[in-house]
Amino acid sequence: MSKKRIAKTANEVFAEAMRQINPDVVAAYPITPATEIVQIFSQFVADGKVDTEFVPVESEHSAMSATVGACVAGARAMTATSSQGLALMWEILNIASGLRLPIVMPMVNRSLSSPINIHCDHSDSMGARDTGWIQIFSESVQETYDNLIQAVRIAEESLLPVMVTTDGFILSHCLEMLEPLSDEEVKNFIGEYKPKNYLLDIEHPFTVGALDLQDYYFEHKRQEAEAMIKSKAIISKVGEEFTRKFGRNYQLFEDYKVADSEIAIVAMGSTAGTIKVVVDQLREEKIKAGLLKLRVFRPFPAEELKEALKNVKAIAILDRSDSFNAVSGPLFSEVRNILYDTGERPKIINYIYGLGGRDIGLKEIKAIYEDLDEIKKTGKIKNLVTYLGVRE
Amino acid sequence: MANLRELSEKKELFVGGHRLCPGCGAGIVARQVLLAAKEPVVAVASTGCLEVASTIFPYSSWQVPWFHNAFENAASTISGIEAAYRSLKKQGRIKKDIRFIAFGGDGGTYDIGLQALSGAVERGHRFLYICYNNQAYMNTGIQRSSATPKGASTTTAPAGTVIPGKVRFKKELTAIMVAHQIPYAATATVGKWNDLIGKVEKALDTDGPSFIDVFSPCRLGWRYPPEQTLEVGRLAADTCFWPLYEAINGKYSLTYRPKEKKPVAEWLKLQGRFKHLFKPENKSLLENIQNHVDERWEKLLNLCV
Repeated sequence: MSKKRIAKTANEVFAEAMRQINPDVVAAYPITPATEIVQIFSQFVADGKVDTEFVPVESEHSAMSATVGACVAGARAMTATSSQGLALMWEILNIASGLRLPIVMPMVNRSLSSPINIHCDHSDSMGARDTGWIQIFSESVQETYDNLIQAVRIAEESLLPVMVTTDGFILSHCLEMLEPLSDEEVKNFIGEYKPKNYLLDIEHPFTVGALDLQDYYFEHKRQEAEAMIKSKAIISKVGEEFTRKFGRNYQLFEDYKVADSEIAIVAMGSTAGTIKVVVDQLREEKIKAGLLKLRVFRPFPAEELKEALKNVKAIAILDRSDSFNAVSGPLFSEVRNILYDTGERPKIINYIYGLGGRDIGLKEIKAIYEDLDEIKKTGKIKNLVTYLGVRE
Repeated sequence: MANLRELSEKKELFVGGHRLCPGCGAGIVARQVLLAAKEPVVAVASTGCLEVASTIFPYSSWQVPWFHNAFENAASTISGIEAAYRSLKKQGRIKKDIRFIAFGGDGGTYDIGLQALSGAVERGHRFLYICYNNQAYMNTGIQRSSATPKGASTTTAPAGTVIPGKVRFKKELTAIMVAHQIPYAATATVGKWNDLIGKVEKALDTDGPSFIDVFSPCRLGWRYPPEQTLEVGRLAADTCFWPLYEAINGKYSLTYRPKEKKPVAEWLKLQGRFKHLFKPENKSLLENIQNHVDERWEKLLNLCV
């Protein structure tokens, strides 16, 4: 195992991991803040460092369409995008998962228009949360890199597409230390891609994307649902193998001192790093605070989360997006849902934060733990949903 | 070019059992285009009549590897397939030569899929795009498209008491394709099989993107008896409403010159969608359509010099 450490941004490590994955086809379109991924990768293509055919398409809709075409044809195929780009792909995201195509896509989280804003929030991936894609969130540059490499195995074993996200600008454009794997290590870890049925196997013609009416559609969608259910075990298995081989620990979520916590935050992405600092400070003050950092949002690890959160008295869910459902953010709905049938339900509140790249710091997070401590003591919730730090 | 006997002995690659209407032009186009291919073919279709009627799960009329992705993306989908082919061939994982054909209706080609088509041909992928052009959104029930001719009645541009059907002339898509500087672009029509098959052969031998706009009569949407499909297709060429030509590296040439250029009214009157044009109050509209046909034909003849 290589032990060198280099300073890289998340965009750079996405591109670097893609070079090491060496996909047969990449079809992509530039969009801030993900543009660098395809720029850097194009240079790898221009310099002959990969076998990839790069298709510089004229839109993200075509990026996903061409990636789907390449994958059905029998290629290991990738694309990368963000925000409006993901929104434009939306129609074809469902086709990729419905056809059970193991496409892997780096996705840089950015807010959605309108108003137009290029900075980080999770509205884009949350908008695609029911498209049948596995969604893996990253806290750091290192996780961004490690998650993308694992995603190839996860996609090909579960026969579902995977998007690996990183936080726009916060990670995509910021340098952190990376411990990269060697090309050989990546190659061996992901293995060769051997599709079972593919279009370019011209000796065995078959029809893909047929009209599927009342008598078959439901069964096919049920199979897709089953694939998502089963993917949880595959993600865990691949994470364990990665941990065994390379030493870095990957599970469905990271339990940061939750086990003996009385109050805890559930969050995704780079904010988890800031929360850990606050947890450590609170622990020094003998306050039993914890963080549950969700890594895998789809499939949603319901049973595992329920088990992990069972002894916590008060929980705050941090949503970096809003559902605009007049109730709460999306992560809150999902977590509160799974806690419904636990015996002694914890108190649970929601903070919608950081939209359009609004910063969140130690002070804000500390205040959330103070709110939780108050709820723990009084058993009373003042505000179920708080728009954190917004001028109202 | 293969003669009729040779073609009749070839294995059918688009077979019966599909649910296209009796007399549908699209099925004829699919069958003849695939018969023209000398190498193995991978085909793609956009959402539309041809796709929904030929692949009702678990059945399929396609004897070649076939893929339907969505409505507007046949060209970008085939870009990805062709890129996969080049990648795997380069890596030695595929040995055989394969050709790629995308089928789209005029809705999927002239309108919603135009961006994807423009992008794909500009990038230079080696594939043949076949537009089976029935001049409206037939799959959703005969709505106007930018390929619908002036004066035609459709369900979203119906002939009414104030507006006599579609008010705009159709788009010149083949010229737009030629403007992309692609090596091969052509028109063809159902009813002239030898012209179509010759063009498909040329297109598939072209090392780059190629495009054929195949005039594909729709008996339901155009309102004529199903047994008249070939006649309606041929008369479109004989009236010069749908001239048959090709442009090789931008150089135009006619592939069919009618012995006698018939009045467009002869073709219009076969079809119920133009019935209202023959009312006395629409006389000037009819003249306007004939003038437009004449102007286009003269322009084309000049290009073919």
